[in-house]
Amino acid sequence: MEYMLFICSDPTAPKYVAAEDNIVEWGAEMEARGVSRHGDRLRPVEDATTVTVRAGEVVVSDGPFAETKEWIAGYDIIACTDLDEAIEVASKHPMARFGKIEIRPVWPLGE
Amino acid sequence: MVPEPSDVQTAIETASALETARITATLIRVTGDWSLAEDCVQDAFARALVDWPMRGIPRNPAAWLTTVARNRAIDRMRSAASEKRAVRELAILTALEGLEGEAESDPAADDDRLRLIYTCCHPALPLDARVALTLRTVAGLTTGEIARAFLVSEATMSKRLVRARAKIRDAGIPYRVPPPELISERTAGILAVLYLMFNEGYSATGSNSLIREPLVREAIRLTRLLAALLDGSPQEPEALGLLALMLFHHARRRTRTDAAGDLVTLEEQDRQSWDRAAVAEAVALLAAADQMAISRRSQPGSYRIQAAIAACHMTASSSGTTDFGQVALLYDHLAQIAPSPVIELNRAVAVAMSQGPEAGLALIDQLDLTRSLAGYYLLPAAKADLLRRLGRKTEAGREYQRARELAPSEVERRYLTKRLAETTAGSPSSSEYS
Repeated sequence: MEYMLFICSDPTAPKYVAAEDNIVEWGAEMEARGVSRHGDRLRPVEDATTVTVRAGEVVVSDGPFAETKEWIAGYDIIACTDLDEAIEVASKHPMARFGKIEIRPVWPLGE
Repeated sequence: MVPEPSDVQTAIETASALETARITATLIRVTGDWSLAEDCVQDAFARALVDWPMRGIPRNPAAWLTTVARNRAIDRMRSAASEKRAVRELAILTALEGLEGEAESDPAADDDRLRLIYTCCHPALPLDARVALTLRTVAGLTTGEIARAFLVSEATMSKRLVRARAKIRDAGIPYRVPPPELISERTAGILAVLYLMFNEGYSATGSNSLIREPLVREAIRLTRLLAALLDGSPQEPEALGLLALMLFHHARRRTRTDAAGDLVTLEEQDRQSWDRAAVAEAVALLAAADQMAISRRSQPGSYRIQAAIAACHMTASSSGTTDFGQVALLYDHLAQIAPSPVIELNRAVAVAMSQGPEAGLALIDQLDLTRSLAGYYLLPAAKADLLRRLGRKTEAGREYQRARELAPSEVERRYLTKRLAETTAGSPSSSEYS
């Protein structure tokens, strides 16, 4: 099964400590296990653009689609046997400690 | 020979208690379809209700029910799959046809039931859904019965169950007994669900208590089943501890309120009316759990400690002979593994009972200053009681008033009003604790 990890900021989480950031090791492990499909950081919400089409008109607005204290700082698409493996993968990600991670199952079209 | 209706009734109830989880678990394993499995098991019992009174109780009710449920599943899958017979469905049908009416002692059946319980209590499901799904799938209660016990409409409960099953399927919640690295944490999760189920039923008062009684009964039965399934594992002592704790509470169910429905505190309860058999069983379970824990080197968890505290109360012949020093020690231990201000409050009360009201009052005052229990009526109630024992009536009255304003229900308010009146009337009264 494929899952998407939303790597989120969390203002209530402990402060980021560069020395405790194991993202490189995490990436290497998930690559070696064949879990990683694709993933990256995202530029901050200041760089977000939201697009809507209403009555045929394209409306472009600056900023994210929702104003929240937490925002999505990155994403990963992972392939796992089940939710327990996805939880284990997410729990090893540094942002599980410095932020929070939402796991969502990918829902393929036609299913 | 046509059996007695009461015999049929008993046979069906026994089979339901013993077999529901096993047959449902097996059908889920083979078909992967939760609602199909639950429906087919319910259908099998419905058939038994019609069939057994006429043709007699089968020699092996478990095998009979499994076969009927299995055939029902085959019929339903055939009619659903007839249009496009997918390979997967054919494979499931073949597996279903190979299912025999397995015996109760079959170890594979035990695994199936454990798998079912762990999946129903998976932490990715909302807590209320875990409780509901366990009652529906493991205990075999109908959606209507569960809805009534939770005081919600059947439609609401049905939606909750549908969502939970959908999440198991769509989010890929595994149908399995968790691997060793997860087993301790996940078992603790199951115990929490079972204790929540018990408390939902146990804390109910008045007219609701009868409606919610099935929650208490099922929680005890399921904890018993879980403990049996965990036989020999490091998790078994804690499951037995929870079972003992439930039985201790349950043993004094009849004495918690009086004929008028008013609260009766532990100290004032009629100890002769406690269920002695339940107390004896709980004491034995706790001793067995302690013995096991020593040989398996497992530390006592919060349920075993709470059961040990309950044992101090339940085995004392009167409130006066309760070993409150031991109770205070156990609360101390509990506070170390599961720190909480409620535990601190209980410890303070035990200290008051063993060392005198002043010592307890000092601890409660400290706790009051932290405001961590602001809004919790039992803090001012406990404080009021200690002040009353010390003869500080005006202060006691003020605390009773504060407690009454925070009391969650009419029963507690009535009790506190009575106490408050006694303080202002100045009559000496006996002490109390709940």
